[in-house]
Amino acid sequence: MKNSLFKFVLILADDALIIGQRLSEWAYKAPFLEEDIALSNISLDMFGRANMLLEYATILQGKEATPDELAFKRNEREYYNHLLCEQPNGHFGETILRQFLFDSFYSLFLEELAKSSDKELSAIAKKSIKEVTYHFRHSSQWVIRLGAGTEESHNKMNMALNKLWQFTEEFFIMDEIDIDMVKKKIGVNREALKSKWIKKVDDILKEATLEKPKDIHMLLGGKKGIHTEHLGHILSDMQYLQRAYPDAKW
Amino acid sequence: MVRDLQTNRIWEILDGIPDPEVPVISIVELGVVRDVIYNKNQLTISITPTYSGCPAMYFIKDEITKSLESEGYDNLVINTLIAPAWTTDWMDAKTKNKLKQEGIAPPEKNVICPLCDSNNIDLISEFSSTACKALYKCDDCLEPFEHFKCI
Repeated sequence: MKNSLFKFVLILADDALIIGQRLSEWAYKAPFLEEDIALSNISLDMFGRANMLLEYATILQGKEATPDELAFKRNEREYYNHLLCEQPNGHFGETILRQFLFDSFYSLFLEELAKSSDKELSAIAKKSIKEVTYHFRHSSQWVIRLGAGTEESHNKMNMALNKLWQFTEEFFIMDEIDIDMVKKKIGVNREALKSKWIKKVDDILKEATLEKPKDIHMLLGGKKGIHTEHLGHILSDMQYLQRAYPDAKW
Repeated sequence: MVRDLQTNRIWEILDGIPDPEVPVISIVELGVVRDVIYNKNQLTISITPTYSGCPAMYFIKDEITKSLESEGYDNLVINTLIAPAWTTDWMDAKTKNKLKQEGIAPPEKNVICPLCDSNNIDLISEFSSTACKALYKCDDCLEPFEHFKCI
């Protein structure tokens, strides 16, 4: 399949970019200084990961566009991130839970991607694994602390889990791009990660005394460019400057 | 590896550039500079980012260009390598000691207070003033301190 590698890379880049943008919304207004810095640092790691992937994407595309152009000049339907990444921050616990679901998936996914026959992707994965290990430790510790905290924090975390769980299935769906990438030994078999992920998540949720919702309808679409209403708002904020002053540089 | 005089000189210049966020060590000591190739007046420097999102990388590139240009090396290319991924294992004992002298616990698994050497410590936050450091508190001397994380 032509262009499937480009699209595969773009999905990974968009995930990092969009969740990074969401995390950056906490800068200067997190509940306390240490977490303000932590969330901003994780956000920076995400932008770094997005940048490496977008640079690679532009090379695959034959340098039709620059990484900045890919980030700032694509519309909502041309973004392929998973729906989880674009969900609003909500309260601090909700952001942490979103990050926990994301980190737990990506720590497993990147481990597999590190074995990719594509040297560039394997290098990016190996670099990112080091960072996601810290991110996962950070988010899972907070899930435990808040889930097993006070009655109020417990209830808030349970509500957040009920709200965000519907966006998790999407990470494990194999579409034609994934199938092609696995066939070429470049990509990752997402389906095969699911049982490991469930175990990883369950271990933490158990400690956090949280229960994941059962039998709920799962939402899909991000990888096809069909998003929730939130992505457009993120892009209007993130892309404002390049849209208002095209090609502005400083 | 035997380096010729010219290459040695370039390494020396690079070793004079402090890390912008931890200025007590140089970018060479930090392990960011991976390779220097000087061939027929063409200078190629390979660097590797510490953390992929580290904003200091842009600054480091600028500093390298400025320092070398002022020494007359103007035919310069800076390559960014992401493999092998940067690791704190590339810091030697001397560098780690410099960090300790500065009040930063060096990147070692066993974190001890750089001020009083106590191991009676608490992790305050996985992230400190920069992504590469975590924030701790010493329960003996009661001072807060940073730990350069092992990655």
